[in-house]
Formats: sequence, C-alpha cells, structure tokens
Amino acid sequence: MPESPTPAAAVQVIDVVRDYPRPRTSLLRPAPVVHALRGVSLEVKQGERFGIVGESGCGKSTLLRLIAALDRPTSGQILVEGNEITDLPERRLRFLRENLQLVFQDPMSSLDPRMRVRDIIAEPLVVQGHPASRERVLELLDAVGLSSDAGDRYPHQFSGGQRQRISIARALAPRPRILIADEPVSALDVSVRAQVLNLISDLVDELNLTLIFVSHDLSVVKHVCDRVAVMNAGQIVETGPTGDVYAAPQHPYTQRLVSAIPTLERALSGATTADLLAKGETA
Amino acid sequence: MRRLNPSLVAGGVIVGVIALMALLSFVWTPYDATLVNPSGRLAMPSWEHWFGTDKFGRDVFSQIMVGSRTTLFVGVVAVGVAAVIGVPLGVLAAMTPRWPSELIMRTNDLMLAFPALLLAIMFGAVFGASTLTAMVAIGIASVPSFARVIRSGALQVMRTEYVLAARAAGRKPFPIAARHVLPNVTSLITVQASVSFAIAVLAEAALSFLGYGTPPPTPSWGRMLQESQEFLFSAPRLAVFPGIAIAVAVLGFNLLGDGLRDRFDPKLEDRR
Repeated sequence: MPESPTPAAAVQVIDVVRDYPRPRTSLLRPAPVVHALRGVSLEVKQGERFGIVGESGCGKSTLLRLIAALDRPTSGQILVEGNEITDLPERRLRFLRENLQLVFQDPMSSLDPRMRVRDIIAEPLVVQGHPASRERVLELLDAVGLSSDAGDRYPHQFSGGQRQRISIARALAPRPRILIADEPVSALDVSVRAQVLNLISDLVDELNLTLIFVSHDLSVVKHVCDRVAVMNAGQIVETGPTGDVYAAPQHPYTQRLVSAIPTLERALSGATTADLLAKGETA
Repeated sequence: MRRLNPSLVAGGVIVGVIALMALLSFVWTPYDATLVNPSGRLAMPSWEHWFGTDKFGRDVFSQIMVGSRTTLFVGVVAVGVAAVIGVPLGVLAAMTPRWPSELIMRTNDLMLAFPALLLAIMFGAVFGASTLTAMVAIGIASVPSFARVIRSGALQVMRTEYVLAARAAGRKPFPIAARHVLPNVTSLITVQASVSFAIAVLAEAALSFLGYGTPPPTPSWGRMLQESQEFLFSAPRLAVFPGIAIAVAVLGFNLLGDGLRDRFDPKLEDRR
C-alpha cells in the first residue's frame, strides 16, 4: 500500500476503475462490459469545496457511490481521511457512515414516503446509536429553514425545495465532516435553486465541512466550489481552481462545456446554439 | 375529495355483506343449519324456508349463512399462510445477490407450475380430508404468486435513493427490509391478498365438492353443490343457491383486488 502523500486529505481516489458487466448477448462470447470509470484519480483536501462536472452518464454518480462505499471499485484505491475503504467490510465502515453523508439528486425518491420527516432526519442518529432527541431534530429543521411542526408530516406534504432541505437536515444529523451532494438542485425549479445552493454553501461554511459537489451545470459549480474536476467518458480530463478552469479551459471538452454556458453578451450578439457548438469545436 | 372507484365500492360491499352474514350466523340463523327434518324434505322456497330445504329437510338459507364462515375462515388462513411464507421469500429474493435470488425464484417457478388442486388432493390423501389440510394446501399453493409480486415490488424499492440513503446512514440489510422495503410494499400485499382470497374461496369449494375439504356435517358451499348433484333435474335450485354464493364471493374478492390495485397505482397518485 503506497504511503499517502498528504495525510490530511479528506478524500483521495487513486486510479480507480469500475466496470459493469452487461447481460450476455451470446452464449459463446464473453459478457460485454461497460467502463463507467477508467482510471480516475483525485484528491480533496480538508475543508475544500470540490466540484465535479460532466454530462449525464460520464461516471460522476458512480464515483460518488464508490467514495461513499455504497459500491466497490473494480480496481484502484479510495482513502477517506487517510483510511483505505476499498476492501473494508460493511461492519468496519462505521467511521465512514458517521463522517460522510450524502444529499441525493431527486428529493422525490430520496425520502421514504412512508416515514415521518422526524424519523427520516433521525434515522442516521438511531442507526449509529446516538441519542436521537427531539431537540436535535428541531435544531436541524431550524438550521435548514423549516418550521418545527414539519417533523410530524410526511414527505409528500412538502415542495421539492423543502424536501431537499429535509435531505440536507438528515445528512447533517450525525455531524459529518464530509458532505457529498449529487446534483442537489438539478431536479428543482429554477426559482428555488439559488436558495438551496446558498443554504448548502452557508452550512458548509458554518460547520466547516468538506464538500464534494457534483453537477452537470458548470455555472452552478462555479457558484459553490473552490476547485473543480471535469469528467468525460469515465475519466477526469481537467482539474483546477474553479476560476481558472472557467476562464481558461485547457482540455477541448472543457472548452466546449464553458462555451456552452449561455451568457448575456452572447445572447445579445445574436449567437445561436450552432455558433456555440462551432466555437467549441474549433477552439 | 378523492373519486371512489366502482370496483372498490362493489367489491367492498359484497365482501362486507358476506362478512356480516358470517358474523350474524354465530348468533342467529332462521333454522339450525344442521337440523334434519324428514317431513319437510326438498321443500320449495317459501316464506318459512327462503331458499327451500335439501334432501334431509335442512334449511338451505341457514346452510348458506353458516357456510360463509367456512369460506371466510379457509380464505383467511390460506392467505395468511401464503403471505407469511411468500412475502419474506419475495423480499429475500429481491435483496440477495444473484445466485441465492435465482435459486429462490426458480424453485418458486417450479411450484407455480404444479397444479394447486392436485397438491391439495395429495395433502388430503396423506393427512386426511379436513378443513385444516385444505387451508394449508391452498395456502402453500398460493405462496409462489405472493413471492413473485412482492419480489418485483421490493426490487423497485431497493433501487430508490432512500434505500441508498439508509445504507449510507449505516442501516444493515434486515433493518432496511423491515423499515423501508416492507412498509413500501404493503399496498402490493393487500392487493395480492384480496386476489388470492378469491382463488382460495374457489379452491375450497372445489375441494369440498370433491370430498377433500370440509367434512359433513359442517355446512360448506362446495359440499352443498356436490350433494345437490343427484337432484340436478328434480330440484336444480339446490345447486343454484350455493353456486351463486360461490360466484358472488369470488367476484367480490376479485373486484376488491382490482379496486385496491387501481387505488394504489402510483400512476394515479395525483388523483388522490
């Protein structure tokens, strides 16, 4: 096992590959394989806000699941706070379950429709054997800007933005040090996106969390993150401070992504989608 | 206000009436259902005997009432047996990795291919004909369909993000099954129970007709039908009344099952 160069790194991913076998199409030939991740390496420092951008299907969500040990890599290593989690059995992942929490994309399917909000938020506490007091749940509801009577209701009684707040409250319940957000605003109405983004941003500051934020939308990542990795087809093509990547993209794929962001000047100069694509291609 | 769907209402009313009839029969029937009256054999329906009397002079209406107890009792126990075995099997098949899951489901398919009535007759031959053997045999024969339906429902639940979130919180597989999967397949269980109930009612009638079900003198709709055979041309009403009772009961539970399915269909959720 190689010595980790910076023991302080919150998350370290070293040359991770994840292949998914597809159902066999022929008795004679071996089952085809989907390469979801083809040798990904990255390092997220303590307290950093790290963004991962890329189009749908590029492997972002797979990478997150591997970091959260909800799935296992085909090869490679993943270290969380210096502890290798790649081959640990579930029963030895307690430190990870306490210190790393997730907020998912779809607030419709990430909250159990049969549970009261109070029980949803308290679930990580109950599971991990912490006292799941009523006060702690109220405190969390208050932290995400929901009223104290929300705990008695069911998820379907809330709007998308409110549900995402519930997800965030639940994720923060066991006082994690690392928060992973998987496209937390892409399923929300544009009008509430900014509110939820600001809430995440404020809480990360306030609680001194390490944030890993995944999105297909570069402008959202720019709003929240210090550093960004751009993913394409299962590989990281570019990493750097968000401002630099945004201002001077190096990789052709990043250049296309950046040039596809609608801006006021481009709209005023009468540029069309075709122009944007052409520009990305030649740049 | 949610719109009531006709199947649910019709099924509910029919099942409700049968249940009431069964309850009422404990405290009141027009006549003792097993009282033999040689002087009043094969009487036509009249004000004294609403559905007439059979070859022993027993009141047919009273027998139908008491028979509904047998029908419901057999249905409840059979569905109970099927659910208690089938639901955990289905959930297990959905949560285990590929090989154990395949083993459960292929064994299930094997059982599904075995004729239910034949199984019940075998049980009757081995353990002796009684209501209990009939109930257990019908229950076991209904296990595979339960396991299938619950497995597909549980698979859907296992793919949701709230199960992923529960795993990320550190929940182990069994608590996930108990806290997340089971509560979210209860609607499927209810629907399947109602449909299986209809099948159990029919199976009990068939078994009693063949002499492998409820032994005399306990009234049972299936046996009433069988006893009416010799009078099919002289007194066809003896076959008509229990026949109608069986058909209505089966229809009622099927309608209830259909109604519940429509009610729980997630595609119709916004109508609620």
